[in-house]
Amino acid sequence: MNMTIGVLALQGAFIEHIKMLAELGVDAVEVRKPEHLDDLDALIIPGGESTTIGKLARTYGLLDPLRSFTQQKPTWGTCAGLIFLAKRIGRDQPLVGAMDITVERNAFGRQVDSFEVDILIEGIGDEPFRAVFIRAPVITHADEDKGVEVLAELPEKGIVAVRQGHLLGTAFHPELTADCRLHELFVRMVEAEKSTEGA
Amino acid sequence: MSEQTNGSKGTWTVKAGLAQMLKGGVIMDVVNAEQARIAEEAGAVAVMALERVPADIRDQGGVARMSDPEKIVEIMESTSIPVMAKARIGHFVEAQILEALGVDYIDESEVLTPADEEHHINKHDFTVPFVCGARNLGEALRRIGEGAAMIRTKGEAGTGDVVEAVRHARAVLGEIRRVQHMPTEELMSYAKSIGAPYDLVVRTAELGRLPVVNFAAGGVATPADAALMMQLGLDGVFVGSGIFKSGNPEKRAKAIVEAVTHYQDAKILAQVSRNLGEPMVGIGISTLPDNEKLAGRGW
Repeated sequence: MNMTIGVLALQGAFIEHIKMLAELGVDAVEVRKPEHLDDLDALIIPGGESTTIGKLARTYGLLDPLRSFTQQKPTWGTCAGLIFLAKRIGRDQPLVGAMDITVERNAFGRQVDSFEVDILIEGIGDEPFRAVFIRAPVITHADEDKGVEVLAELPEKGIVAVRQGHLLGTAFHPELTADCRLHELFVRMVEAEKSTEGA
Repeated sequence: MSEQTNGSKGTWTVKAGLAQMLKGGVIMDVVNAEQARIAEEAGAVAVMALERVPADIRDQGGVARMSDPEKIVEIMESTSIPVMAKARIGHFVEAQILEALGVDYIDESEVLTPADEEHHINKHDFTVPFVCGARNLGEALRRIGEGAAMIRTKGEAGTGDVVEAVRHARAVLGEIRRVQHMPTEELMSYAKSIGAPYDLVVRTAELGRLPVVNFAAGGVATPADAALMMQLGLDGVFVGSGIFKSGNPEKRAKAIVEAVTHYQDAKILAQVSRNLGEPMVGIGISTLPDNEKLAGRGW
């Protein structure tokens, strides 16, 4: 199926996502201005600094277009992208506010506490996934009554991957590994959404 | 270590990964909590915590050392973005202290007075990642060989003159283009000639870029300077004295952040460059005596 996925390219690791999508044969384009969202089937918001991404989105008039985009089209946020998609983060910075989750920034501590670990993720098979957490956030609350599904949890730490309908959020960085399974999951979500549109 | 619960800290992926998250961003020198808040508000991806910016180090002379930990902690407590700090070249105890403070990145920097005129820090020994300056590919790959997880051009810090940063960026990127087109049998003697580890030369040739993130630094003072470094092919920008030594730091900081994101959009660059007030005064490189140039430090 033909699809075009945008990657928000205000700041951060957007090239890594574009490369992984290319490996899956998916066309990816960089999104820096509201008009770049036209004709996209889906969007990835990459890791980076969430404060920087939020402020640039606000200055360049992207917040409202992103809010309406994420209501209709599949969107996936990794790390800073997850923070940016959340409804609640307990501090004042610009957010899209699309997912019914509470996120805590820098939940594991500073860079010396950043780590990688094997985790099991719902929906991508039984093989563990090498998850890279860099000054990572954690999801402290997921509103399951609003349809948020928990896909992965770290023992004693909290929720690190969620799905809410056509929205996906991960606290870690699949784009820093060679494992494409989460990108494949997202592409399947986009395919499913496109086939419902066509029907 | 209990892999399942604690995971592995300080791995190469984790160290180089933080730099990947900083790409397309601006890292700003700050000397106190107030400046750190201004930097975060302007959209900086990280701050460099210092006692004195390079322009003042140049002015005041004397031995420049790691900043007072009290100062660094004050800055760490005032901001939610990553905090970097500088250690002297070869001064691995300053680096141990910075790691103990919990800084997010250490800059083993020629801006401070070197503590060792032959050897750099063995950066593999640390959990905290390091960034180092380089003037050419050989120097960049030697630093990566020692464990640097991020590279920046040296430029000439504290001058507001971008010419040296351009020279160093063109040198590194030009040499990468050369190795990319070399037949494999030529890579060993090329590695020997530039004094670089052979395996990293091979890796660079395969990737067509440095194996780690590569920022511009040293003399960037305007949005146009920042966009120039991005268009040359670097991954992001350090701004040292250029912001807080200028007439309107808030506005200039925000303008440089926007220039790095929209570096290919001349209309936006024209817009953000307007009315920024006085830039830092600056020192032309050609008027600077050789013994006052910092870029020659490091080996």
